[in-house]
Amino acid sequence: MSTDRLPVRKTYKLYLGGAFPRSESGRTYEVHDTKGHFLANAARASRKDARDAVVAARGAFWKWSGATAYNRGQVLYRVAEVMEGRAAQFAEEVAAGEGLSATRARAAVDAAIDRWVWYAGWTDKLAAVLGSSNPVAGPYFGFSTPEPTGVVAVLAPQRSSLLGLVSVLGPVLAGGNTAVVVTSKDRPLPAVTLGEVLATSDVPGGVVNLLTGDAAEIGPWLAEHADVDGIDLAGTTAGGLAMELERSAAGTVKRVLRAAAEEPDWTADPGLTRMTPFLETKSVWHPIGV
Amino acid sequence: MTHVLDPDALSRESRPVPAPLEPFADVTRSDAAFRAFLHGLPGVDQVGAEARAKVLGTRSIKTTAKAWAIDTAISMVDLTTLEGSDTPGKVRSLAAKARRPDPADLTCPSVAAVCVYGDLAGIAKDALAGTGINVAAVATAFPSGRASRAVKLADVRDAVANGADEIDMVIDRGAFLAGRYLDVFEEIVAVKEVCTRREGGSAHLKVILETGELVTLDNVRRASWLAMLAGGDFIKTSTGKVSPAATLPVCLVMLEAVRDFRAATGRQVGVKPAGGIRTTKDAVKHLVLINETAGADWLSPDWFRFGASSLLNDLLLQRQKLRTGHYSGPDHVSVD
Repeated sequence: MSTDRLPVRKTYKLYLGGAFPRSESGRTYEVHDTKGHFLANAARASRKDARDAVVAARGAFWKWSGATAYNRGQVLYRVAEVMEGRAAQFAEEVAAGEGLSATRARAAVDAAIDRWVWYAGWTDKLAAVLGSSNPVAGPYFGFSTPEPTGVVAVLAPQRSSLLGLVSVLGPVLAGGNTAVVVTSKDRPLPAVTLGEVLATSDVPGGVVNLLTGDAAEIGPWLAEHADVDGIDLAGTTAGGLAMELERSAAGTVKRVLRAAAEEPDWTADPGLTRMTPFLETKSVWHPIGV
Repeated sequence: MTHVLDPDALSRESRPVPAPLEPFADVTRSDAAFRAFLHGLPGVDQVGAEARAKVLGTRSIKTTAKAWAIDTAISMVDLTTLEGSDTPGKVRSLAAKARRPDPADLTCPSVAAVCVYGDLAGIAKDALAGTGINVAAVATAFPSGRASRAVKLADVRDAVANGADEIDMVIDRGAFLAGRYLDVFEEIVAVKEVCTRREGGSAHLKVILETGELVTLDNVRRASWLAMLAGGDFIKTSTGKVSPAATLPVCLVMLEAVRDFRAATGRQVGVKPAGGIRTTKDAVKHLVLINETAGADWLSPDWFRFGASSLLNDLLLQRQKLRTGHYSGPDHVSVD
């Protein structure tokens, strides 16, 4: 076998509605590793891709939110299984994109898979932890249960390309929302591979839509979109763009998960803080003794 | 004058054939002559028609032109509900939507007509009184057209009596495909006659060709000419109950037919694609096709209609996007 084989250069596409289309705009951009070497071409999503992604996410919402919490947990756990099988590929991409050693990249991938399993486990526990049987002063039962908010736009972290992504996507899905994710601009490859994982697991098409490209370009369209119910600004830092997006999001009263001053350490225990912003509390009163 | 050597003599005497249009005065004198005429129409190059429709579909229509196109398309919509489950309440709510498609924006034009089954035409008529919006009723044993002529004509009379301004009839595709063109022709003529109202005036007649069942574009061209010669005011692609329904190549062929027919006879006939047009992009493609094929004379609700239900919501969403600068969502239009 010849050693001077030409490698196949990859041009990745978007993950949208369960399929892998090119960007409607036809644009791509080059992805480099931290030393500036070419890694692959990625699709550069446009506002119309974001619009299509929202339509796909809205279409998938009833199926995903209507599934039992137990079933959602099983489906998400299955994703972790498939991720485990592709851990080596993830590790290679994380190492190249984030400039980590092989050992540290592998540790980040393991942490990401564990994080995914952690959120998969939360699906059928949210109602028990966040819901309640309310003490009421009358002949009623009063129940409160958490319900998904709807379609959530997620601007994924720019630096932590897999662990960060999983840490913001997992909580949105666990609650029963569907997601339109704008990936890290300079480090999109683990997200592309995650799209391939999702497509080959049991997650219905449209539940997760991954747009590679620039959050500064697509973010404003998602923040203003009247059919997006929530937005996670993890991919921006406080001030500037984040401020502008919060202002736009207020126009349609979206749930906003605000940006931190700088990208947090994703290895820390996440708690429930990223799940509760995208859950609505529904209370039901029911008469008794009738 | 009957001559024993005239092969058409018998058929001419046995059929009361109506007065056809001037340059084609003799083509309907017999089945054989009519078949010879229709089959003598130039053949359609299917590959060419598809390529032409595809090329025209790539035109980019933006900003002010897009705003104009959206408003024009809205004003051309025949807002349709043709379900077995239609209720008077549903027809009334559709009529309310037809009057004011976007209640939040008074600049939004109203649609051209509301299209319902004949028995509900009266309810639609009452709900649309004084608005200038027409009531279209489907008739002649819609959608299959499989009934005797007496039943079909009774169906039309009933719809006209209920107040329908426009009648959407289906042609007898069985007869057409069997080659009995004159039967189809006479039926359209008969329906046209009963469209006349006792108090004067006449309901507009739209002839549904159901192109999805006609198989070839040659047949579409023949059926278009047949319907126009018989006096149809509009030719319409489909019932919406058969797939494929309205496609761009079919619409192209029909637009060419109305263009050529006007050039030959001086009479202008409208076109109505129906079924399968769901997005603003589809509608704009049709507008481009009209302008490039038949000409700007057809760019009006008097000469072009979209038979659609879900299309209107997409047009409204796009209109809201242009007006507000951000994307709208299905929560901002009514669910029909």
